[in-house]
Amino acid sequence: MAGKPIGLEVSLAVAEAVRLCDADVVAAYPITPQTHIVEHLSELVADGKLDAAYIPVESEQSAMSSCIGSAAAGARTFTATSSQGLALMNEMLYIAPVLRTPVVMAIVNRALSAPINIWNDHSDIMSVRDAGWVAVFAENGQESLDLTVMAFRIAEDPRVSLPVSVNIDGFTLSHFIEPVVLPEPGEVAGYLPPFRPLVKLDIAKPVSIGLLGTPESYTEARKATDDVLLASKAVVSEAFADFRKHFGREYNLVETYLTEDAETILVTMGSISETAMTAVDEMRAEGVKVGVVRIRLWRPFPVEEFKAAIRPAKNLAVIDRHMVLGVPDGPVALEVKSLLYADPVRPAISNYVLGLGGRDVTRDDFKHITKRAQEPEAPGRPRFELVGVWE
Amino acid sequence: MAKEIDALMKVRDLPAGFTAEPGSTLAFKTGDWRSMRPKLDREKCIYCGFCYIYCPDGVYQDMGKDEKWYKPDFDYCKGCGVCAHECPKDCIEMVLEEV
Ligand code: SF4
Ligand code: SF4
Repeated sequence: MAGKPIGLEVSLAVAEAVRLCDADVVAAYPITPQTHIVEHLSELVADGKLDAAYIPVESEQSAMSSCIGSAAAGARTFTATSSQGLALMNEMLYIAPVLRTPVVMAIVNRALSAPINIWNDHSDIMSVRDAGWVAVFAENGQESLDLTVMAFRIAEDPRVSLPVSVNIDGFTLSHFIEPVVLPEPGEVAGYLPPFRPLVKLDIAKPVSIGLLGTPESYTEARKATDDVLLASKAVVSEAFADFRKHFGREYNLVETYLTEDAETILVTMGSISETAMTAVDEMRAEGVKVGVVRIRLWRPFPVEEFKAAIRPAKNLAVIDRHMVLGVPDGPVALEVKSLLYADPVRPAISNYVLGLGGRDVTRDDFKHITKRAQEPEAPGRPRFELVGVWE
Repeated sequence: MAKEIDALMKVRDLPAGFTAEPGSTLAFKTGDWRSMRPKLDREKCIYCGFCYIYCPDGVYQDMGKDEKWYKPDFDYCKGCGVCAHECPKDCIEMVLEEV
């Protein structure tokens, strides 16, 4: 079951996962820092190691259009992008879920312009968080690979049949060589059944896809998609549990680290969670009761699991990697606050935005955040901080 | 608030992926959007097919080698005037739609 770990660049591990899943179509446009994934896939196709159609499109808008068409034709479909590329896909991103086309996309997270910046934060995915995609966040190389495999299973499950994005921190993960265990092709086939599309372009049974929704049907079509997205949470849990049975690695919608007696909990997403846990170890050694709650499934938001995970805490320090302009608080904090608002007992919530445009996130940052989150609420002092900004 | 009657179909009755049977646009007659209609002078027509090719709605029908002209289907012609603009012989005139 558990193979030997090998050293592999995380981008290549993701491409290998797509090969192991035997994707039929890859339509992509290169953009930093995602390029290595599709570069490697084009090599695999050219070398005959992956029997797929590789479509080198002329833009990301075309990439996503091709992917939607390809998934509708019943092909297992993959693409990858970052930042401006994701932004250019925008209109198609909102279409895929309503058409129930199960495209799998790696988003190698990178800051949005301006200023032009190729480094990591979460502004790209956060700008399209309401599009209706299932979205998961990877913490390390192995997760990036495993979540890619699981993404196909979740996306193509007929109860879901929605597009899924696997979010992988640009450079911090994508360009690092990490020890990863590659599953055997046979193992993946045992976990991932053949794709049987729910909605299919079929000459024998023709349908029209991509219709006009008049005021008499638009609301209902949106609601139908939301119902499916919300219900997909159970399928994600099932796919995670089954993955553990097949491959031995455990995944949960929300992960906790030393939270049982924690007075303060750091809420994180993605690769900075590992730094946060190291910082927590050091603070614990000094007697600080602090822990980490990591959101792995971002869409649909795992409300119950998240609430259960943060329950013991007095202070919640929500960490965002995207700055929302025009309103205090980042996207994660806005959501956490809104879902806890109606609860009679809730922790004191403070929000910290950091690691923008590739700025390093250090253990000291988490120690500083923990200290601030423990301070009693001072009137007139916003419980928000753009950490490390030089004003 | 919208009454139930304002909606075409209940959420639970919508087909997955918001699909419909093919050719459903045939039931959607766009001809009543028209304020101008193309009027053809068949004397000047050279049967080149530009109107047939350029019409964005595929409204022109090829009447064949004997009749040698293209006939618009006014159930769907929106009156955009593209055909009149493209005709190399100026044989299509846009005239006011009389109701
Ligand atoms: S007016 Fe427009 S829609 Fe009507 S026949 Fe000419 S090109 Fe077609
Ligand atoms: S474009 Fe003008 S000349 Fe050509 S077929 Fe049409 S009406 Fe006749």
